[in-house]
Amino acid sequence: MKQETYPQYAARKAKRSPLGKDCLLAFLVGGTICTLGQGLFDLYGLAGMSEENVSTLVPMTLVFLAALTTGLGWFGQLAKHAGAGTLVPITGFANAVVAPAIDNKAEGLVLGLGAQAFVIAGPVILYGTLASVIYGLVYYCLRWL
Amino acid sequence: MDLSKYLLAFLVGGMLCVIAQIFIDRTSVTPARILVTYVTSGVFLTGLGLYEPLKELAGAGATVPLTGFGYSLAKGVEKAVDERGVIGAFTGGLTATAGGIAAALCFGFLAALLFRSRQKP
Amino acid sequence: MARGVIELKNPPRIIASAAVGGKKEGEGPCGEQFDMLDPTGLFGKETWEQAEAEMQGRALSLAMHKAKKRQEDLDLLIAGDLMNQCTSSSFGALSFGVPYLGIYGACSTSAEGLLLGSLLYDAGRASLLGVVVSSHFCSAERQFRYPLDYGGQRPPTAQWTVTGAGAFLLGHEGSGPSITAVLPGRIVDGGITDANNMGAAMAPAAYDTLKRYFDGSGSAPQDYDRIVTGDLGAEGYAILKDLFAHDGVTLGESYTDCGILIYDAARQDVHAGGSGCGCSATVLSAVLLPRRYKRMLYVATGALMSPMSVKQGMSIPGIAHLVCIESEG
Repeated sequence: MKQETYPQYAARKAKRSPLGKDCLLAFLVGGTICTLGQGLFDLYGLAGMSEENVSTLVPMTLVFLAALTTGLGWFGQLAKHAGAGTLVPITGFANAVVAPAIDNKAEGLVLGLGAQAFVIAGPVILYGTLASVIYGLVYYCLRWL
Repeated sequence: MDLSKYLLAFLVGGMLCVIAQIFIDRTSVTPARILVTYVTSGVFLTGLGLYEPLKELAGAGATVPLTGFGYSLAKGVEKAVDERGVIGAFTGGLTATAGGIAAALCFGFLAALLFRSRQKP
Repeated sequence: MARGVIELKNPPRIIASAAVGGKKEGEGPCGEQFDMLDPTGLFGKETWEQAEAEMQGRALSLAMHKAKKRQEDLDLLIAGDLMNQCTSSSFGALSFGVPYLGIYGACSTSAEGLLLGSLLYDAGRASLLGVVVSSHFCSAERQFRYPLDYGGQRPPTAQWTVTGAGAFLLGHEGSGPSITAVLPGRIVDGGITDANNMGAAMAPAAYDTLKRYFDGSGSAPQDYDRIVTGDLGAEGYAILKDLFAHDGVTLGESYTDCGILIYDAARQDVHAGGSGCGCSATVLSAVLLPRRYKRMLYVATGALMSPMSVKQGMSIPGIAHLVCIESEG
């Protein structure tokens, strides 16, 4: 077998992920998490909170639930099947903070837990902030047009 | 109670997850890259005025996925620029998303104190 | 000669061996043949890395106990694992007070250790040596992939790092199997960049080593009762058979892979099979050696990547070291 064609051969031969099943599970679990978010939104609204507070409190609640289930070891079990269904909602962001924080506690509270909590979430915050600043500057300039 | 609101949240939120799942299964994109892409896309889609209608339509179906995190960043920046001018471009994004980020950090810290890492069954 | 098969004039015997494993290994088809299992995976320690070092110590102690040997009897200890700076081996060997050589060959380390030990024995430089290697699912996940509680999906080609340690004592006593020939592997880069398909990355190295061995020794696959690769898993196993079929050579029924043997893929959610230094080492000790195959080729395979090289987009080179193990009657 030729060296140049080996990677293509191996990729062709490789067992592929079951796309249909994976997408269905991602759809169901992701949709359920969003519906739960909508329920919380309405619930907090009924409790008389301002829309601004509700908009902050809903993601906070979902983050709390993700942190708790990550600690209990349930999140990983669900994510194994749900894939993007748990990754894409804000629960995926929370898990990306909590899991390395728990995992690296053994290396200390500062350089272990503290630093590693940002190993996946850090890039999200960095590029999200960068994008928002770029948009803010563009938005500022456009206002003068 | 308006049940169609819940149905739309389910459908739109679910579809945003399916798009990411296709990338996971059919490309070598890592989950971290998907998170980064979703947040930045959310910012730019909001800037282009495309995300606001989706949020009006689907509510939490659009705000709970990480594109919604980008939407909050962009909306925060617009508000802060309106109020404070160019400085707002720097303060608006993180101010609007501070709740979610602080919650993730604080709950993450607490979870790390309470739980220990476990082997997968 | 230097690049060819090294036939040992004074072949050492594997006078005793031991296999230690964790939960999933105990639940697998080879579970009952392990010498010791700890379902918690912690072996009484606080962290996964300390647990892995403890596994090495326990495996070596068990093998020494079986052979009725004491620390003072050992001339040399050769040990390896997957952790940065071979920490599991260093800390595992700490309490033994035996001259120590730490080696790294990724998942091929068991064969690399047996190969080096045999050469030293053959040269008359040591009369009793220990070889011990280990891997731990939890420490390997932390170092090479994601935190344990991180919610990710493993593709079907991914392999499950075995929590286990295997120890072997090489010497002259008894009637144990002998290591009669060895062949150090060459680094072979098939151009695979997918760290979730290590079977495909390692298969060309296994092919290279086996082909060189058959050519160099003038033998063929049917001359052996068992040909076993280390941890190619389902993917690499099929590719290796393909590569030989391309040459018109059939590996046949005698060919198997430790990564396939150690778990029940249908029942245990391990995707393409087991991997890690502990995979081939524990299967060799617990399953293969007790069967006393007349002539067996043991080819442990390793994927020589690091988290850094993967992030830099470099391809994953493979290596495969071969030892020929023969038993009488």
